[in-house]
Amino acid sequence: MAENKVRFIITRQDTPDSTPYEEEFVLDYRPGMNVISALMEIRRNPVNAKGEKTTPISWDMNCLEEVCGACSMVINGKPRQSCSALVDQLEQPIRLAPMATFPIIRDLQVDRSRMFDSLKRVKAWIPIDGTYDLGPGPRMPERKRQWAYELSKCMTCGVCLEACPNVNSKSDFIGPAPLSQVRLFNAHPTGEMNRAERLEAIMGDGGLANCGNSQNCVQSCPKGIPLTTSIAALNRDTSIQAFKNFFGSDQV
Amino acid sequence: MAKNQEFYWRRLHSLLGVIPIGLFVIMHLVINNFATRGEEAYNGATHFMESLPFLIFLEVFVIYLPILFHAVYGIYIAFTAKNNTSRFGYFRNWMFKLQRWTGVITLIFIAWHVWETRIAKAFGAEVNFDMMENILSSPFMFAFYVIGIIAAIFHFANGLWSFMVSWGITVTPRSQVIATYFTIAVFVILSYIGVSTLFAFV
Ligand code: SF4
Ligand code: FES
Repeated sequence: MAENKVRFIITRQDTPDSTPYEEEFVLDYRPGMNVISALMEIRRNPVNAKGEKTTPISWDMNCLEEVCGACSMVINGKPRQSCSALVDQLEQPIRLAPMATFPIIRDLQVDRSRMFDSLKRVKAWIPIDGTYDLGPGPRMPERKRQWAYELSKCMTCGVCLEACPNVNSKSDFIGPAPLSQVRLFNAHPTGEMNRAERLEAIMGDGGLANCGNSQNCVQSCPKGIPLTTSIAALNRDTSIQAFKNFFGSDQV
Repeated sequence: MAKNQEFYWRRLHSLLGVIPIGLFVIMHLVINNFATRGEEAYNGATHFMESLPFLIFLEVFVIYLPILFHAVYGIYIAFTAKNNTSRFGYFRNWMFKLQRWTGVITLIFIAWHVWETRIAKAFGAEVNFDMMENILSSPFMFAFYVIGIIAAIFHFANGLWSFMVSWGITVTPRSQVIATYFTIAVFVILSYIGVSTLFAFV
């Protein structure tokens, strides 16, 4: 392969239920190109390596700066964001595949709805609405705010679910991301008021207890979120919550 | 299964693996190590265990029922995982996979082991040094016992590590690393005890 060419092998799928197939593309190298700019190049001129005209590749993207999480896909075997995947740093041929843990819409585009449903299920928000002005909430210590900021970087990208051996079609595990969000919202001084509700949500089927400690998530998260620490901390919180629920406590 | 019971089943599964099953395994390995002190010592120890009062109740509630539950639920857990060590070859992911494999191997081993000893005893055989010497005189069975015992010990040691995470005892990465070293030590020590016992019979 000539130096100034870039070779891509892309796993494609035309409809949600059709069989996937591979298609190869060879592009001219441009300095600084990343996986998304290459996909855009193919979209401009959808011709495969055999010189046949084909359809443009479908994929998702939004921010183009690794903060929205929409563009995740499996690049050379590892799930990651395609907007920050620089061609210069990738081994060739570059293999692109969809994150097949999620339902595939088309080509590299997947449906991450289950993650947003999980966030609803665990109540990953802070209820501040009332029928009257509730006034300012308690303040958060600065040190804690800085710590919580790290957890808040989650962009629901789905990489941790793709990496987890316990998130698959045989299990209904919600995966690491929504669990860590429970820890985030439970740490907030106002969010803490609904702590028990969130803990009970993750003590339901498909929740926290499905974690099998493979710890792939923490190795894979592009935002460096301490997912396994969050999970272990929640294991402790739910142990205490289960104890309170069973033996009774004046605190809810 | 009833809805939203999974959390409690999982916790029970984790707990039973350590108490009583793990404790029983340690005791079993240690007591059998009497074999290294000769036939008489071994038979004496076996006889003492067999003559414990309420033995059948101890066996049923401390050994059989917990192991049965742990095995059945464990198989369910093992088969809901989709191992991916080829894509994610991290240490803990390997432990995750080995935990499931050794669980299945241990179950096969225990089923055979119980059949050959405890059930044989119920049919009138006497469990003693001679019996084990006999079983282990076949190289195939010897290898089967080495693999079975090491798998069981691995499953216990690594399970102890997950137990500490699953109950929220080891939360920080540092405590989890130290727990890894600790459980490696448990694995090495118990393996030594178990395998040296086996060699006492040949
Ligand atoms: S926790 Fe990390 S890997 Fe998982 S969805 Fe959030 S940002 Fe992505
Ligand atoms: S497009 Fe937003 S993370 Fe890549």
